[in-house]
Amino acid sequence: MNSILTSKWTKALVFLICLVPLGVLIWEAFNGGLGSNPTQFLEHATGDWTLRFVAITLAVTPLRKLLRQPQLIRFRRMLGLFAFFYGCCHLSVYLTFDQVFDLHGIYADVLKRRYITVGFTGFVLMIPLALTSTAGWIRRIGGKRWSMLHRLIYLTAVAGVIHFWWLVKSDIHLPVEYATVMAILLGWRVYEHYSKPARPARAATPARKEQTSVVPD
Amino acid sequence: MLVKRSPDLKYSDVTPRGIYLNRRNFLYGLGLASGLALAGKGLADLVSPPVRAYASTKLQGMSGSPFSTTEKITPEQVVTTYNNYYEFGTDKGDPAKNAQKFVTSPWMVSVEGECAKPRKFSMDEILKLAPLEERIYRHRCVEAWSIVVPWVGYSFSTIAKLVEPNSNAHYVAFESYFDKKQMPLWGRAGIDLPYVEGLRIDEAMHPLTLLGVGMYGETLPNQDGAPVRMVIPWKYGFKSVKSIVKIKFVKDQPPTTWNITNAHEYGFYSNVNPKVDHPRWSQAKEVRLPGFFKNTPTQMFNGYADQVASLYNGMDLKKNY
Repeated sequence: MNSILTSKWTKALVFLICLVPLGVLIWEAFNGGLGSNPTQFLEHATGDWTLRFVAITLAVTPLRKLLRQPQLIRFRRMLGLFAFFYGCCHLSVYLTFDQVFDLHGIYADVLKRRYITVGFTGFVLMIPLALTSTAGWIRRIGGKRWSMLHRLIYLTAVAGVIHFWWLVKSDIHLPVEYATVMAILLGWRVYEHYSKPARPARAATPARKEQTSVVPD
Repeated sequence: MLVKRSPDLKYSDVTPRGIYLNRRNFLYGLGLASGLALAGKGLADLVSPPVRAYASTKLQGMSGSPFSTTEKITPEQVVTTYNNYYEFGTDKGDPAKNAQKFVTSPWMVSVEGECAKPRKFSMDEILKLAPLEERIYRHRCVEAWSIVVPWVGYSFSTIAKLVEPNSNAHYVAFESYFDKKQMPLWGRAGIDLPYVEGLRIDEAMHPLTLLGVGMYGETLPNQDGAPVRMVIPWKYGFKSVKSIVKIKFVKDQPPTTWNITNAHEYGFYSNVNPKVDHPRWSQAKEVRLPGFFKNTPTQMFNGYADQVASLYNGMDLKKNY
């Protein structure tokens, strides 16, 4: 298992899998598969995938601990960057097709429509995370502070779900599903935080060495 | 009232049958995928197009209408696969899938309330009450998309006059069919059902207000409101109630479904108005389906201001949204 997880080919494979949603959208664009309202289709599809990749990224830490597979951490940065990538696609569709680069309209939307305000905030919060995702930046900032900074992803997750919830007209079952997933992923962290043994004991445990790697939780 | 007669359009001029693919639009779509290589045409040809499947009957002997627009008609495929019909699911593609088995025959419409001769009409009677007209109307959804549809029907006033509304009939209340067995997704709709709508009596009796029994030269597909629906082209689409079973003349303004659901966002009048935004989005522009860009300016009363603006003289349309 470990050798599979540490293989560079696995990483390449995961990268390609992450591109599949984009590939499918392009395929559909060429085949009339975007339906009657292509812009709305693209907005929804890219929005869905942004939320999904945020959730997948947030699932890495719980999974590697629960499954005792510390090597899973190798994929987290890539998954997070894919969340940012699909967020960029989502925003691009909105700017290009929905607003057609109407600056006044965009300005009014971002300020006046709360679901856009909160969605835009969630996106903006990902920018510093994407910029500081390299090993160089972790060193420059310092592991502990970097880790603090990257907790912004929690806010992005919450903002993303609220954005979705506020935009639906009446049927909230999909936003509820996303909210449930995010609540579990964030709730697990809260649980972990409060159920940890007292700090001095922990620092003395040599077995937890992987915890002090350059990519803290 | 000034009504410009537009050149007669034959049905054969109108409907590009089968599958529609707007090549220019799909090229626009590429903008999204900047940097990615094209999938290649060979690949594209492998995928078979979606198939439309519903039972419909050709309608005979329709005449054209001076109310018709000469704008380009939206491909039928678009209009039959992109529907807001929450009883059959809230995704736009749901009704086309879930309404296929909806039983619309036999069908009775009860016309009642403040009128001298209340009675029930069978669908056969409704189809023969007046000569059928084809009316090509713009249809603007509150969600800022629009289509151009060749409806078939006749003015609602035709059926209204038959029951002789009395002087208490200030409004007309409409009710859609509702059956949990046939509409198993009803619980997800998030709106009270049956769907109810209403018009002021002068709006209802306006010649533009259509009792629709068909579109694209055929009876209505289930997902588009079979077998009989309203079409009020100067109002947002949700006012045009589908699959009508009851029409009631009433004294007081009747409750309407979306207003009950969210009064802050959906008013009783819901006239198309580019100057009054929906709280969550601008109504100044619309996307003409199946296009990509939301850059078609929305017109006051959806372009029917010459005909209907006088109905609202002296009314504050910002308040009465």
